[in-house]
Amino acid sequence: MKDYLMYLIKRILSLIPVLFVVSIIVFLIIHITPGDPATIMLGEDATTEQIEELREDLGLNLPLPQQYLNWVIGALQVDLGSSYFMDESVTSSIMGHLSPTISLTIISQLVALVIAIPAGIFAARRRGTIADQSVMGVSLLGMSVPNFILGLLTMLVFGVILRWLPVAGYAPLNTGLWNHLQYLILPAVSLGTLQAALITRITRSSMLEVLNNNYIKSARAKGVKERQIIYFHVFRNAFLPILTVIGQTFGGLIAGAVITETIFNIPGIGQLTINSIERRDYPMIQGIIFFVAIAYVLINLIVDLLYGVVNPRVRLDRK
Amino acid sequence: MEMEAARRNIELLNVQRSLKKNQRSLFIKRFLANKQIVFGSITLFLLVLFALLGPMLTSYDPYAMVVTERLQAPSSTHWFGTDNFGRDLFSRVVIGAQVSLGVGLTVAVLSSVIGLVIGLYASYYRVLDHVFMRICDGLMSIPAILLAIAFMAALGPNTTNIIVALTVVFSPYVARIVRSSALVVREQTYIEAMKAQGAKSWRIIFRHIAPNTISPLFVQASFIFADAIITEAGLSFLGAGIPTPDPSWGNILSDGKSVIYTAWWMVVFPGAALILAVLSTNLLGDGLRDLLDPHVTSNKKIKYRKNKLLKMGKAKV
Repeated sequence: MKDYLMYLIKRILSLIPVLFVVSIIVFLIIHITPGDPATIMLGEDATTEQIEELREDLGLNLPLPQQYLNWVIGALQVDLGSSYFMDESVTSSIMGHLSPTISLTIISQLVALVIAIPAGIFAARRRGTIADQSVMGVSLLGMSVPNFILGLLTMLVFGVILRWLPVAGYAPLNTGLWNHLQYLILPAVSLGTLQAALITRITRSSMLEVLNNNYIKSARAKGVKERQIIYFHVFRNAFLPILTVIGQTFGGLIAGAVITETIFNIPGIGQLTINSIERRDYPMIQGIIFFVAIAYVLINLIVDLLYGVVNPRVRLDRK
Repeated sequence: MEMEAARRNIELLNVQRSLKKNQRSLFIKRFLANKQIVFGSITLFLLVLFALLGPMLTSYDPYAMVVTERLQAPSSTHWFGTDNFGRDLFSRVVIGAQVSLGVGLTVAVLSSVIGLVIGLYASYYRVLDHVFMRICDGLMSIPAILLAIAFMAALGPNTTNIIVALTVVFSPYVARIVRSSALVVREQTYIEAMKAQGAKSWRIIFRHIAPNTISPLFVQASFIFADAIITEAGLSFLGAGIPTPDPSWGNILSDGKSVIYTAWWMVVFPGAALILAVLSTNLLGDGLRDLLDPHVTSNKKIKYRKNKLLKMGKAKV
């Protein structure tokens, strides 16, 4: 327990340099922008005094390190500045657009897991057969089809031709579970496919690795039922790499949601990003990217900490 | 006894010599025996031919709008049909191939070179390692497409900026790979010997460590080529990539999205080209990894080993 606590503290401390670098990158992105934000906001006709006044209001007249410091101090207090165009703070805008994106990513992840883990186990048990090769072939295809093409195709087939599901739009959870889900099924499938492909491959390869171990042979020799060996002995030990991939690709899922949301017209973080880019609302873009990066880093932290719970050996290895 | 030992030595030397001679032809044979590599490189080659020779097959100007011929289905005059502005889709997909493959290749080469240099120096100097790797961690903790979107929003949409943005996004992935294999090489005795002889560090880094990192770098570069093509298409699809009216696969798909109910060909043809490019590159990358990394066991090797063990009378593998 003490070991785990030390590991936990070390792991959390190691986030500080990463978040520091992320904050600098995100902050600098605005400042490589050609043109002055104040001029962009006020338009071409604004007088020099107006622009100067606004620059002072926004703190753009301060030296760069000072601006960075102000921004970081704000960010630490969950204040990411205010939008150039909407009468709203960046933080509350993000919070307002968060729930569709969370629903979408969670459902995509579930879809991916439900497809991928059985498929991976299936392929590993039949290694080298046609069944195995077709699973791997389909997963390679799944890795190669960009999610926006898949989105367009599923929309065309299930929304336009078969009319099973609504083509686009969104209904919040409080309008009923089915109502909520039916809008999210197509986007979740198109977003989760890449995820499913990756998880299938890693499930297969880590199952195969464990299957080669001597303790599996001895379990077989003891006469343990095959089903029990696969699900209890092998899968449990093969789960760590699977967990890593889930954690690592979660960020990709959030990023993929940006595109999927614009295709299916879901009012989430992705749509907020695209609208902010069209309006050149830099504080908003900055805030969203910083927010997603933090979410990504925290998810990976949780995955890392779960390791220790699932497999005590990891804690000892890392000392 | 001594005679025997000497004879064995000579035999061994002969075997080594002939092995070396055969190594090159063996490599080519293994290259051709790997179905993934063969299929991937042939498809990719055909796509490159399509991009380069396509313009000669058609007399249509990819930018010429003919309003009366809007949204025509594929026919003998317009092989892929026409788009929502009446432009010939075939010639647009061809130019789109030039743009997409060109951006992918440039990004793969640039980020390989930058990642190689960063990775090598990071592995060689402890202080640089901390600085470079923290920067890479930071860049890699922002999802690739989101970081690219942010750069494009800041720099403005044009082809050069896409290449710059994607290179910044993907270089850390190369740097990581190069660093991890260079760290192993760095600890070898022959590097220590070089140092003891007073070799300059750039000489050690580029002539002795770098060649050992080339194969993982090559594999990574092929995956970056595929990722760069997908990301560029995604950016263009969102309107943050190649500016219209220039055709790129992402742009055409974005136009196609608005007419998806009536004109399937505007989604299917550029979509198929994009999938084919990414699929063949992924195949090539997977195959290269098997070929260059002896630790990855293919089915064939396992079968071979299984047979050998069975012959030796051991139990099943």
